[in-house]
Formats: sequence, C-alpha cells, structure tokens
Amino acid sequence: MQKLLETVLIGISTGSIYALMSLALVLVWRSTRVVNFAQAGQATLSTYIGFEIASRSEIFWLGLAFAIIAGALVGAGVDYFFMRVLFKHAISGPAAVVAPVIATLGLLGLIRSIVGLIWGGEFKSIAAPASKDGFTIGQTTIPFSALNVLIIATVSLILITLAITFQRTNLGLSLRASAYAPEIAQLAGIRTARTRTIGWAIAGGVGGVAGMLVTSYNFLSPYSLDLLLVFGFIAAVIGGLESMVGSVIGALVLGIGLTFILNYIGTSLVFIGGFVVLIVVLLVKPDGIMARGKTRRA
Amino acid sequence: MSGLLVNELSVSHGAIAALRGISFSVQVGQLAAVIGSNGAGKTTLLRALSGLNKASSGSAQWNKSEILGARPDALVRRGISHVSEGKSVIPELSVRENLVLGGIWRSDKSDTNAAITEVVELFPILGQRMSQSANTLSGGERQMLAIGRALVSRPRLILLDEPSLGLAPIVIEQIFATLDQLRRKLGLTIVLVEQNAMSALEIADTGIIINLGEVVASGKASELINDPALRAAYLGY
Amino acid sequence: MRKKIALFILLGWLLLVIGDRVDELRVYQGAQIAMYTIALSSIVLLTGYSGQVSLGNGAMMAVGGYAAALTLNNLGSPVWFAFLMAIFFSALFGALLGTAAARLSGPYLAGTTLALAVGLPAIANQFSFLGGEPGIFFDVGLPAQSLGEEFTQYKWFFWIATFIALLSLFITSNILASRFGRTWRAIRSNPLAAELSGIHSSRMKILAFTISSALAGLAGAVLAMTISLVAPGAYTLTLSFALVTGAVLAGVSSLPGVLLGALILVAIPEIADVLANSWGGGENFSNYLPGLIVSLLLILSVIFTPNGPGENLRRHHHKKASEH
Repeated sequence: MQKLLETVLIGISTGSIYALMSLALVLVWRSTRVVNFAQAGQATLSTYIGFEIASRSEIFWLGLAFAIIAGALVGAGVDYFFMRVLFKHAISGPAAVVAPVIATLGLLGLIRSIVGLIWGGEFKSIAAPASKDGFTIGQTTIPFSALNVLIIATVSLILITLAITFQRTNLGLSLRASAYAPEIAQLAGIRTARTRTIGWAIAGGVGGVAGMLVTSYNFLSPYSLDLLLVFGFIAAVIGGLESMVGSVIGALVLGIGLTFILNYIGTSLVFIGGFVVLIVVLLVKPDGIMARGKTRRA
Repeated sequence: MSGLLVNELSVSHGAIAALRGISFSVQVGQLAAVIGSNGAGKTTLLRALSGLNKASSGSAQWNKSEILGARPDALVRRGISHVSEGKSVIPELSVRENLVLGGIWRSDKSDTNAAITEVVELFPILGQRMSQSANTLSGGERQMLAIGRALVSRPRLILLDEPSLGLAPIVIEQIFATLDQLRRKLGLTIVLVEQNAMSALEIADTGIIINLGEVVASGKASELINDPALRAAYLGY
Repeated sequence: MRKKIALFILLGWLLLVIGDRVDELRVYQGAQIAMYTIALSSIVLLTGYSGQVSLGNGAMMAVGGYAAALTLNNLGSPVWFAFLMAIFFSALFGALLGTAAARLSGPYLAGTTLALAVGLPAIANQFSFLGGEPGIFFDVGLPAQSLGEEFTQYKWFFWIATFIALLSLFITSNILASRFGRTWRAIRSNPLAAELSGIHSSRMKILAFTISSALAGLAGAVLAMTISLVAPGAYTLTLSFALVTGAVLAGVSSLPGVLLGALILVAIPEIADVLANSWGGGENFSNYLPGLIVSLLLILSVIFTPNGPGENLRRHHHKKASEH
C-alpha cells in the first residue's frame, strides 16, 4: 500500500515535468505544425544559463527566472530567425514534407554543439532548492521528498498561469485563434506572425523550467534532456498533439505509468515501457485521449 | 472621390491570371454587388483588397490612400473588414470569443464591449448563444456571427464573400435585410460578392459583373437587373 | 543490366587499386565511406522514395551490429553468415516497425523513430547478454593468408566493406529502378491517386521500411567490423543525426549522391580536427566541432537546397532548355 502511494506520488512529480515539455511541444505544433525537436536543445541552453546564475548566486529561483527568460528569448529567436526563413524558401520536391522536421533536428544538434563548446561535456549539478530526503511516515521513509513537493507546486503554478493566460486574456485568445485559423485571425486584425513568435517564446520559457526542474535532482550535460524530449513527445501524442489539457493529462499518466515500471519491474524496462505506450497509443488511439472522433490528417 | 477606387487590378496564381485589370469604384455609403459565376475571380478580388492575396499590378484606394500591399491586420486598423468565404468563424472558440476577436487589435476593451452589445442588438440570437462553442451554431447563425465579428471592429468598409452560400432562402433574406440596414443606418460601404445575383442586385446600389477575371458590365444595380442581354448572358434567368 | 554489372566491377577494381596506393588511415576511412554509403542508401530508399522520414537509422544499425556480433560469438559461424543475420534481424525489426509506421504520418513517424534512436542504444546498457556499456567484441578475423604478408587488417576491412557497399548499391539501384521504385515514387508524390489506382500503399510502405532497415542493419554490422566492437556508444543519436545530414546533402532521392554524402561525413571530423588545432582549442573543440559542422551543414542545406545540390543544377538545366 505504501509502495503504491509513493509510486503514484513520485509518478506525479516526474509526470509534471514531462507535462511542461509536452506542453511546449504542443504549443509549437499548434501554431506552426512542426514537432520542434530543437525544444530539447533550447531547454538545454536555457538550463545551462540558469545553472550559471544559480551556482553563482546560490539562489535556485534566480537561476530558474533566468532560465525562463533565456528560454523565451531563444524560443522567439528560433521562430524569428530560423523558422520564418525556412518557410519563406518555398519548398517543393521530395524533401518538402520532411524539411521542417529535419531542420529542427539540425537545430537541436547545433544548439547542443554550442553548449558543448562553451560548457564541455562533464556533468554539472545545481543545488536543489529543497531537501531531497524523503518524508518519514511513522517508522518508514518514502522516497517522496520536499523537492518533489516543490516540483509539483512549481509546475502547478505555471500551468495555472498558462491556463489563465490562454482562457482569460486577449493574448491567449490571439494565440488560440492564430493556431486554429490563422487566416481568420489575421482578418480580425491579429498580427499572426508576431503572435506565433510569442507562442514560441512561451514554449521556450516553459521548456526552460522543465530543464531546471529535471536538473534539480539530476545532472546536467549537453545530452541530459534527450529523454525528457522523448517522454514529452510521448505525452503529447497521448494527449493527441493538439490539446494542451490532453498533453498534461498524458504526461501525468505517463509519469505514473513509468514510475510503476521502475518500482515494480525494473529500471531496464522504463524506456521500453514508454516506447510501447507510444506505439500502442499510435496504433489504437492515434488521435489521443482527447479526440472527439475527428480523423487525423497529415 | 472618397470611397473605394479600384484601378486595373491584376492578380495571378502562379502562371494563371485570376484577375486581369479590374476597375470599378464604390462611393462611401453604397453597397456594390460583385456578380459572377464560379471561378470568375470574385473571391480573388476580395482577397486582394483585404491583403490576403498579392496583386501583381494595379492599384486600389480606400478614401484616397493605397491599400494594396498592406497586410490584412493593418487594413483592419484602417477600417476595412473582410468576411471571408464559407462562414468565417472559428468553431473551436465560443461565440463571445469570436466576437471579442473582432476588436482584439484595439487597446480599449470597453469599446469592444460596446460594439459587441450593438452586434447582439442586431442579431439577438447571438446573445442567447454567447457562451456556446461556435461549432454548435446553425449555418445562418454562423454567418451572422462572422458578420458580427467584422462589425465589432467598427469598419467603414466591409468586404463580404458569399454570405448566402448554403443558407435557406428565408435566412438569406434576413441577412440581406441586415446588410441593407447597416448601410442605411451606419453609412457603411459594402462590397458584396455573390452568385445569388438577383437578391444581391435588389439591395445593391451598383452592380459589377465579372467573368473570367474581367469586368464585363457595371452600372446601377436597377439598370443591370433590367438589361435583358445581361440577364441572359450572366445572370442566368 | 550487363553494362551496369561491368560498371560496378570496374568501380570496385578502381577502388581496390586506390586502396593499394594510399596510407593506412585513408584505407580505414575508405571502409568508413563504404559503411556510410550503405547507411545513406537506406535513408534514400526510405525518405527519398517512399517519402517516410526516419530519424532512427542509428537504432536500426545497432540492431544489425548486435545481431552480427551475437551470431559470430555465440554460434561460431562464418563471417558472411553473421552479416546475413544482421540483414535478417534488422529486416525483421524494420518490418515490425514499418507495420506501425505505415499508419503514421509526418510528425508521428519522425517522433517515434527519434524516440527509438534515443532509447535503443541505452537499452543495450541494461541487458547483460548485450555486454552493457563496454559492448561485445566483433572480430571478423585476419585477412586470408593467400593475400600476402603485407595485406593489413584495415585493408581487409576496406575490401569487405567495399564489396558489401558495391553489392548493396547495385541491388538498391535495381530495386529503385524496378516496379517497386516506381510505385514508391507514385505513393510519395500522390498517395491518393496511388491508392485509387490499386496500389496497396501501406504494404508498399512496410516493404520500403523493411528493405531500408535491412540496409541499415548491414551498415551497422560493417561499422561494428571496422571498430571490432558493438557498443551502445557506437550507435548514438549523433550517428542518426549524421546520417540524416548525409542523406540531405546527398539529395535524399539520389543514389549516386550517397557517395558524396558519405565522403562529406567522413571528411567532417578531419576538417574539424584541423580547425580545432589551428584555433588552438582544447578538448571541447575536438569533441563538439564536428557536431557543430554537421548540424550547420544540415540546417543550411535543408533551408537552401532541401532536395540536394543536384536539384539546383537540374533546375538550371531546365531553365536553359526552356529558354532555347
């Protein structure tokens, strides 16, 4: 019973970080129709910047703030200087369909190499903002710690902020309208290109938080966020790639599911478990759990 | 002349010329009906005027300033609203959100709210559906919502693309009556693109008949209706 | 057909002659070029012809490498049989994946194969029979005595790799020129029309996936041969990136282009080394400069010549032809 409880709790903590990455992917997908694999690279760069600030000031939250700002700037920059150029070159021919995806992959490689050139490959770590020692219930200590609580709280705060922004503000309405129907949005007077760049900035900032939170209990290297990207993608697919709420639910389900595998079966099967979930969802419910009977187009 | 002045406007899609040197004018406060069959270039004309399509040559002036080459979002700020083909609402958003969208470029929120109230007076049915998703509306209600959204931006010139498409005759009548009223009460200038030639010309001040990207006839709507040659050739009855 | 065979034999002979004239390092790089040629033709077949994108070719190569090494070590089989098993198991794996992939479009397939590329090498770490992090040996043995005393190990690798590469190029070019190749192109350029004209597009896509992974697996085994080892570290995401880059540089749908792509991939670390040395950079430079160059090349080529450098030339020709 106690093991079940701690599995669920840890699962929620892990899943909440996946939620941020999958949200970032969904935000960009909705506005640009590209799965932005560079999101992991952007998050890595932001996290390194956050790491520098956090380790110099010895204040984790200051590092987090800088990671958000850096993530937003990098995200906006990628859209403004990179995606716009890519889409401007009217692409046709055999590579047309795959070009944007490949381009974001190239960007992932580029950012990661730059990070490697600046900071090198050795593992870095950031002092956690809260204790990693598990809580003690009665006689026993469970692995769920104050840090996990803090992670869940931080993610919840960000999700609430995003929900309010998207549902209650004009910026949120512009973002949604531009994603659903760019032409109508433009006819309504929305500067859709600028709105899209703002969307990329939000996604970048959210990705930066995900990177910092992972790094609060794990080491940081140019490659350390690869798995986060993969699990974020799987979570987004579970949610149907279009739905922000769905991606958060998908992430929590995935986080809890993978923690179950970790605690009850073994470390070696965690990744395979995630991959199997991905394949099963794609084959059985390709539109994700939020689908309302619409069919997916390419 | 103040109003809309289109001169030798040409648009091409790749190698195909969709519009070849279209010229016409619409005075402020008048309703011009652009009539033509499928593929005549009516939609392309509106899309060029609202900035969605690039013109290859020619000019178009609204109140003496050039509008070709400006982006749609900039033209909205200059009082030009385009209700695009096929009930241009966003089904994923609520009715209220669709309406708010019309005034989203404005910094003054209260003005938008006032404009929404006016739209609801014009189309009371929308008032009952405010928090519903636009997805749940009927075809006629969607068209009202699309026009309503355009009105929230308080335009001086409205470009309307086939508002009658797929609607029941009684609903078409209602919408056209509203357009008529808008022109009379608010002094709006309206360019109405229609295949439904008869109903459109009945409320229009002027008519412009285009075929294969060229203006084949234009003049007072009442005269066009009564021209037997035109009726036979282009109006189809 | 006969002409083609003659051409390939001539090409092989030429390569062997060149192999005799250059130093050991170049011979070794020749084997690498051969390996990349096989791996890139695998992508050309999949992306260029059937229009499916796979970012996980490194993972496919790993399947082939491990299959070959396990066969050789556990069954004590001849070397050629190990290569056959590499083809067999990666083809099987590809068929399974292709069955899922045939139903996936654009972003889903890209994401799934990327997940595979990230995860599969890591999985090898977890299972003891795969040798964990250090991997397992893959020793194809010394060159035959009859080739003489001076025939080095690297030259032996080069011979085997070149032979396999030429053979796979030959077979691939025949497949692409056949009914299958035409069908794939039809599906890629207009899926609906292809479906309407009676083509089982999902079956054809699975076939493309299967052949493509068989080639990738073979390349994986050749890679294992040249480093005498299969280990997770040999089949990283970086390798998958490099392969995608090579394919884009090769022009995605051009088989002769893969030679160019392979050449560039082998040249990049060399160039990076020279640059790193001349800038006096430290360890970071030599570790990350190749990756930087690869990604820059990938980005630039995907933006400016998404269909390969050949496309611009062809377009130029068309323009000239139409002017006359």
